[in-house]
Amino acid sequence: MSILQQILFLVALGATGWFLTQRIHLIRRAIQLGKPEDRTDRPGERLNIMLRVAFGQKKMMTNVTVGLMHFVIYLGFIIVNIEVLEIILDGILGTHRLFAPYLGGVYPFLINTFEMLALGVWLVCAGFLIRRYVTKVPRFQPERHREMGRWPRTDATLILTFEILLMTAFLLWNASDTVLRQRAVGHYAELQGLEPFVISQFLMPLFAGWSDTALVVCERLTWWFHILGILFFAVYVTYSKHLHIVLAFPNTYFSNLAPKGEMKNMPEITKEVQLMLGITQADPDETPAEPGRFGAKDVRDLTWKNLMDAYSCTECGRCTAACPANITGKKLSPRKIMMDTRDRLEDIQRGWQTNGPDFDDGKALLGDYITAEEINACTTCQACVQECPVNINPLEIIVQLRRYKIMEEAQAPASWNAMFSNVENNMAPWKFSPGDRFNWAEQVNQ
Amino acid sequence: MNKETNYRVPTMAELAANGESPEVLFWVGCAGSFDDRYKKVTIAFVKILNHVGVKFAVLGTEETCTGDPARRAGNEFLFQMQAMANIQVLDGYGIKKIVTACPHCFNTLKNEYPELGGKYEVLHHSQFLQQLINEGKVTLKGGGDFKGHRITYHDSCYLGRANKIYEAPREVLQALDADLVEMKRSRDRGLCCGAGGAQYFKEPEPGRKDINVERTEEALATGAETIAVACPFCMTMMTDGIKNKDREDSVKVYDLAELVAKAQSL
Repeated sequence: MSILQQILFLVALGATGWFLTQRIHLIRRAIQLGKPEDRTDRPGERLNIMLRVAFGQKKMMTNVTVGLMHFVIYLGFIIVNIEVLEIILDGILGTHRLFAPYLGGVYPFLINTFEMLALGVWLVCAGFLIRRYVTKVPRFQPERHREMGRWPRTDATLILTFEILLMTAFLLWNASDTVLRQRAVGHYAELQGLEPFVISQFLMPLFAGWSDTALVVCERLTWWFHILGILFFAVYVTYSKHLHIVLAFPNTYFSNLAPKGEMKNMPEITKEVQLMLGITQADPDETPAEPGRFGAKDVRDLTWKNLMDAYSCTECGRCTAACPANITGKKLSPRKIMMDTRDRLEDIQRGWQTNGPDFDDGKALLGDYITAEEINACTTCQACVQECPVNINPLEIIVQLRRYKIMEEAQAPASWNAMFSNVENNMAPWKFSPGDRFNWAEQVNQ
Repeated sequence: MNKETNYRVPTMAELAANGESPEVLFWVGCAGSFDDRYKKVTIAFVKILNHVGVKFAVLGTEETCTGDPARRAGNEFLFQMQAMANIQVLDGYGIKKIVTACPHCFNTLKNEYPELGGKYEVLHHSQFLQQLINEGKVTLKGGGDFKGHRITYHDSCYLGRANKIYEAPREVLQALDADLVEMKRSRDRGLCCGAGGAQYFKEPEPGRKDINVERTEEALATGAETIAVACPFCMTMMTDGIKNKDREDSVKVYDLAELVAKAQSL
């Protein structure tokens, strides 16, 4: 029996490893579609941002209640996973609570901590479901936000339900295990010194009338459900918005360190403008550069960081809730920009899998996923950038799409074209004569 | 009071002709030069500069758009054309330090010109005014015109989030001894007036409401009699919002420089 369980466990572990490797490879390849950009300078500052924003959850604390709720799940995730190490070793070696004899009094302390966190995670997940479906926090509602369609909502519900089930299984496992220990059934008798645990002791009365066999079945089932659930979850996460649990860390490390107001320069244009203004002379020996694309039409024109941003997004919608355009009913939603970018990448991934690496469906991010009306509504106010708890930058994508629209397609709203021509001919965005620019000075002494 | 009537606005061309150079160049900006309402801010700031005896100059007709609206709209060519032409003029005069009242000019000059070769010390007029107050060059008498006057400050995105300047404008207002009240969304969570990203130069996209109306409602909810701004575009947007709400009789929009000039009876 034990050997069979060990074999099954190794198969499950191997399968998870195989699937995970495939998924990680695919996501890495998708992110590498992006253009290069150096985000490795000033490592100390980057580490500091990662520690404060990702580890310390600094930006989640703008709303203290929700911030603390999220912190419980985060802590639960990190700490309860220490227990997963024991579970995995037990699974491989066919042992039962491998660490208990070695850790003495520390062991029950650890399990009690895990149990309290498990209860905390259980309660917070229930709270989050209530926020979505009962108190209906506006930023999650599909009636107000069209990007919150069927899959994003199912995804969120699945994750929260799943975590509740996992925590339930963990607590029921400890409870049934303790009852078996107290009854000194089989190998369970070996750890008889172990007292009932802080939370699961209250679940023990559930098993009062159960036979020993039924209890053993329950103990094994909850143990298996818990660990298989975790392994399944590890793979599921790669398909889900929940990927932020991993990518939040690199994504904050590679944050943009420039002031938020600074738009990235386009050196390829600087070169041409300098030639045009006669600031530099053309180098006759230089081979003309491949005429690249100005701005971004598709994910390949964005940087790898923009694409990592898309995979890091957990669709919380804080960006959209702070966006002045969205607040006033415009089509623009920074969250949708990020979700569209990821959707585009995942469509390409699926294309690779079905049609090989040269897959091209003739679609593009701009046009087939994001419309001009959306990007034209942006005030570049950076509220979305400010709000994001994992330092995602939707604004960079928006301005890159705008650059393509204006410079490659020459499709600007008519009044923008008028503004361009005023800047070019009158040196101001309005149609005033440049010669009148200093007339205001005449009024100084009036 | 100090009634100077002979305020001077020297141009760089004049100074250079005399072999002089200014402590600071006042970058007026397009709105500061052409917008009838905002010209009053330019004039108020010039009066303050005269009053404290700062040696300054303006570019006059040699100044041109920084290119900010072109860049935000996506026209990088036009932006860089403007930027390089401006850098040639600024470097030609050997400019080291610039002060401007426009957060968009400020952001572009400070953050975006260096990569194109234009490196200057750039201050926003809120920082400059704060320095003058701290140095005692501008003394604002307590219990003056603004005692108990309720003022709310609207953060400009390109000053606030873009460059993390939240305190300087507030300290200037506090020096007026006014009753400074905050809107529901302020500082790094401040709501945009709706003008940024070249929105000012086009009709808004279809929606339920105009952004400036949303923001004005928030400002009115504070019960302030004055909405203080530090940006020409915020000024227009908030003024239009007040008109939209039929409150132009009871609520006024002023720039920081105007409030300081007024407190100084300039």
